[in-house]
Amino acid sequence: MIQIHHLKKTFGRLEVLRGIDLAFDQPGITAVLGPNGSGKSTLLKSILGMVLPDGGQIQFRNKPIDQLGAYRKDISYLPQIARFPENLRVAELIKMIESFRPQVSRSTELIQHFGLESVLQSQLGHLSGGTRQKVNLVLTLMYDTPVIILDEPTAGLDPVALIKLKELIIQARKEGKILLVTTHIMSLVEELADRVVFLLEGRIYFDGKPDSLKERVHEPNLEKAIASLLSGGQLTPLSSNPPSQTRMNGKAIHSILKT
Amino acid sequence: MPRILHLILYFLLLSTCLSAGNILHVGAGKPFTSIHRAIAAAKSGDQIIVYPGVYTECPILVNKPITLSGYGLPVLDGMGEKEGIIIDADSVTVEGFEIRNTGYSYIEDRAGIRVKKTKYFNIQNNRLILTFFGIYLEHAKSGIVRNNAILGKPLGEANSGNGIHLWYCADIDIDGNLIKGHRDGIYFEFATKSRIRNNVSENNLRYGLHFMFSNDDIYTRNTFRDNGAGVAVMFSRRIHMMNNLFHLNWGQASYGLLLKEIYDAEIRNNVFQKNTIGIFTEGSNRINYTDNDFLNNGWAVKVAGGCDKNNFIGNNFIGNSFDFAAVGNMHSNQIEKNFWGDYSGYDLDRNGIGDVPYRPIKLFNYVVDQTPETIILMRSLLVEILNFSEKVSPVLTPAEVSDAAPFMHRYSR
Amino acid sequence: MLRIIRYSFADLIRSRWLYFYTGFYLVLTGALFFISADLSKVIVSLMNAILFIVPLVALLFGVMVQYNTREFTELLLAQPIPRRSIFLGQYLGIASALAISFLLGAGIPFVISGIFISSEIWNFSILLLSGVLLSYIFSALGYLLALINDNRIRGFGLAIVVWLALAVIYDGLFLLGLAWFSDYPLENAAIFITIFNPIDLARILILLKLDVSALMGYTGAVFNQFLGTSLGMGLALIVLVIWAVLPVSMIRFISLRKDF
Repeated sequence: MIQIHHLKKTFGRLEVLRGIDLAFDQPGITAVLGPNGSGKSTLLKSILGMVLPDGGQIQFRNKPIDQLGAYRKDISYLPQIARFPENLRVAELIKMIESFRPQVSRSTELIQHFGLESVLQSQLGHLSGGTRQKVNLVLTLMYDTPVIILDEPTAGLDPVALIKLKELIIQARKEGKILLVTTHIMSLVEELADRVVFLLEGRIYFDGKPDSLKERVHEPNLEKAIASLLSGGQLTPLSSNPPSQTRMNGKAIHSILKT
Repeated sequence: MPRILHLILYFLLLSTCLSAGNILHVGAGKPFTSIHRAIAAAKSGDQIIVYPGVYTECPILVNKPITLSGYGLPVLDGMGEKEGIIIDADSVTVEGFEIRNTGYSYIEDRAGIRVKKTKYFNIQNNRLILTFFGIYLEHAKSGIVRNNAILGKPLGEANSGNGIHLWYCADIDIDGNLIKGHRDGIYFEFATKSRIRNNVSENNLRYGLHFMFSNDDIYTRNTFRDNGAGVAVMFSRRIHMMNNLFHLNWGQASYGLLLKEIYDAEIRNNVFQKNTIGIFTEGSNRINYTDNDFLNNGWAVKVAGGCDKNNFIGNNFIGNSFDFAAVGNMHSNQIEKNFWGDYSGYDLDRNGIGDVPYRPIKLFNYVVDQTPETIILMRSLLVEILNFSEKVSPVLTPAEVSDAAPFMHRYSR
Repeated sequence: MLRIIRYSFADLIRSRWLYFYTGFYLVLTGALFFISADLSKVIVSLMNAILFIVPLVALLFGVMVQYNTREFTELLLAQPIPRRSIFLGQYLGIASALAISFLLGAGIPFVISGIFISSEIWNFSILLLSGVLLSYIFSALGYLLALINDNRIRGFGLAIVVWLALAVIYDGLFLLGLAWFSDYPLENAAIFITIFNPIDLARILILLKLDVSALMGYTGAVFNQFLGTSLGMGLALIVLVIWAVLPVSMIRFISLRKDF
C-alpha cells in the first residue's frame, strides 16, 4: 500500500530524515517509536504530503503521491496537537470534515462511543483538552479507510476514553486495516503492536516484531528492551546509508523516551 | 368743464394711436419681401413684423426709432461674412429673431446685433447662433438686453468673441440671458452704472463675466458655470456682487471669482461651489466678503499680495480642500465670525462663538505652495500629523490669518 | 475551496474580535453623524479612519488567524483536498469576514441616515469600496507574513512594521523626496511612486471624488490627465486589485512549498 524509498528531509541545517526505506503492505498495527526529534512525525506527515521531501519518493497504491491529495481519501490521520477554529461548533466541524470526503461517515456512532452528544452544540474553544482530543478521534476514525495514521492518540485522554480508543484500534485491525501509531506509552505498544519501527536521528534502527526486539536484547519488557538496545552499542541503522556516529548512553535515551 | 375733459381725452387717444404707428409686414406673400425695403418705408414709431423664413440681406441697418419684431423666429443669416443687425437710432426695439452665422474675422469685431451710440434700445427674445460677437454695445446708454440666448462655438480665445460686449456704456440692464461658448460671456469695458441680473453664463473660454475699468455696476442672481473662470473684476470700483452662483469653474488657474486691483466692492450672499479656487484676489482693497458660502472648492479664498482692509465676515467654509491661502502681509484684513467646517474648538460659554481662534491656513497649504506635486499626499496620515503638529506649535503658517471668533454653527441662508 | 471559505468565514464571523471591529465602526460612524450633520465632512473623517485602521486591523487579523489555525490547517491538509484550496480558502474567509464586518459597521449608520437618496452616494460608495479592497489587500499581506514566519512575535512585529512603513514612513520619504527634488519635473515620478503603496492609492481614489477641485488646480498636464478623468479612477482601481492579487499568489506559492 505504502512504499517509502530513500526518504530525506532537512529543516534548515537539521537533517530530520536521512534516508528512510519502509513499506506498509500488511494489515496490522505498526508502532513508530523514537525519542523526540527522531523524525516520527515528519515521517508520518511525509506520507500525508504535509511535509515535502527533499529526496526519495513515497508511493501510495504504487503511484507517487501528489499535491492534489486525492489519495488522502484512503488515509485517516490524527494530528498530534488538536486545535480547531474556536468559534465553530463541534457539529459544524464534523459536518465540515465530512463534506471533504466522499465516503460514508460513522460519526454518529463514534460520538456515542465517546459520549460527545452533550457537547455537539458547544463551540470548540470552550472544550477541555480531553474532550477536544475525543473530537479529534471522532474526526479521524469516522471513515472506513484502509490506512489509519495516529500521531500520539492517547494524549490527554481519560482512562475510560483510552479503553474505548483501544477497542477501536483493535477493531480496525480486525477489519484488515493498516495502522501507523506513534506513542510514548510503551504498554500500549506492547499490548497492540504487530510491528515496531524504531527511529533515531532520522534513521531506522529497528524494524520488526516486538518479540524479536525483546529477544534480541534479552529483555522481557519493551521499554527496557529499547533502552538496552541503545546502551548496548548494538545501534546500526538498517538503511543502506553509511551509519552515523551515535554516542549515547542508555540512560540518556531512556530519559528521552520517557518525555 | 366735462366738455374740456372729453376733448383732452379724445386728443390723448388720438395721439397714442398715432405714435403706435403703422404695422409693416415682411415675408413671403406679404407686402414686403425685404426687411431693408420695409425699414426704408417705415416712419418713426412704426412696427415691422417679419414672418418665418431665412433672410440673407444682412447687415440690416435700423436707422429710425421703430420696432423690428420677428414672428415665429425668422432667421437672419450673415452667410459667414456679414453682421446681423446694426442699431443706429434711439428707441429701437429688436425682438424675436434668430441671427446666425456672422463668420469670424481678425480685422473687425463682427456682431450679431450691434448698437452704436444710441439710447433707449430694447433687445429681447432673440437667438444668436454662431455669431462672432453676440450683442455689441458701443457708446450706448439706458438700454435693455433681455432674454436672449447667445450660443457660440468655442474655438480658441483668439477667434472667439464675447457674448455681450459693452464698451463705453452706461445704465444698461442685462437680464435673463443665456450665454454659452464665447470668449467672455459678458464683457464690460468702461461700462458704468449697469445692472446684470438673472443671466446664465457657461462654457465660455475665458470668463463668464469680465469687468475692465468699469465702476458702480451691480450683478445679482446670475449663474457662472464651467467657464475658464467664473467672473473676473479688474481695475474697477464699487462693484456689487450679490446672490450669484459660481459653480464648477475648474482647471489650472481657474477661479470662481478673480479680483485684480479693485476697490470698495461688496461681495455678499454668493455661493462658490466646486471651483478650483473660489475667490482669487490680488491688490484689492476695502472689500467686504460677507455671508457667502464656500462649498467644496479646491481653495475657498486665495489672497495674493497687496490686499488691505478687507473684511471676511459671516461666511460658511465647508468641504473645501483648503479654506484659505495668503501671500504677504494680512495684518489690516479682518477675518471674523465665519463658520469653518474644519473647526474643532469648543464653546464653553455657549454664545455660539468658538472659544479658540481658528487658523484656516494649515501647514500642508504651505507645503503645497512650495512644491505643488505634494498635493498628491493630501489627506494622508502623514499630512494630518504634520498639520496637527503645526497646529500645536505654529512655526510656518502666518499668525495673523486667524478667525478670533469662529462661528460654531453653519449659517443657514 | 468554497467549503473552506464558508467554514473559515463562519468561524471568524463569530469571533469577538470581529464583533468589536464592527462595533467600532458603528460607534465611529454613528458618532460622526451625531457630531456633524454635514455628510461630506463625515465622509472625510471616516476616510481618515479607514486609511488608518483598516490596513492595521487587517494585517494583524491576517497574522493572528494564520497562527491560530495552524494546527487546524494540519487537519485539513490530511484531507483529500488540494493545498491551494485550503490556504486560498482560509485567506478568502478571513478577508471576506473582515470586509463584511467593515461594510456593516460603516454602512449601517449611513443607510439609516438616508445617504442613498443623497448626492454623496458616490463618494460613500468609493469609500466603502476602498475599505473593502484594503481589507483584502492587507489581510493577504498579514496572512502571508504569518505563513513565512513561524516565529509569532516576529510575524506580529513585521505586520506592525509593514503598516507603519506604508501608512506613514512611505509618505514621509515621498514628501522629502518631492521637496528635495522640487526643481525637477516630478509629476510622473509622483504618480509612479504612489502606485506602489496601496494606502496611497486608496486615498487617491477617494481624493479624486472629494478634492477634484483642488487637484485640477495643479498645473501639471500628467496630473490632470491622470487625476481628472475616469482614467485615473480606473487605473487606481485596477492597481488596487493587482495589489490584492499579488500577495494572494504569493500565499499560493509559499503554501505549495511549505512543510507543516
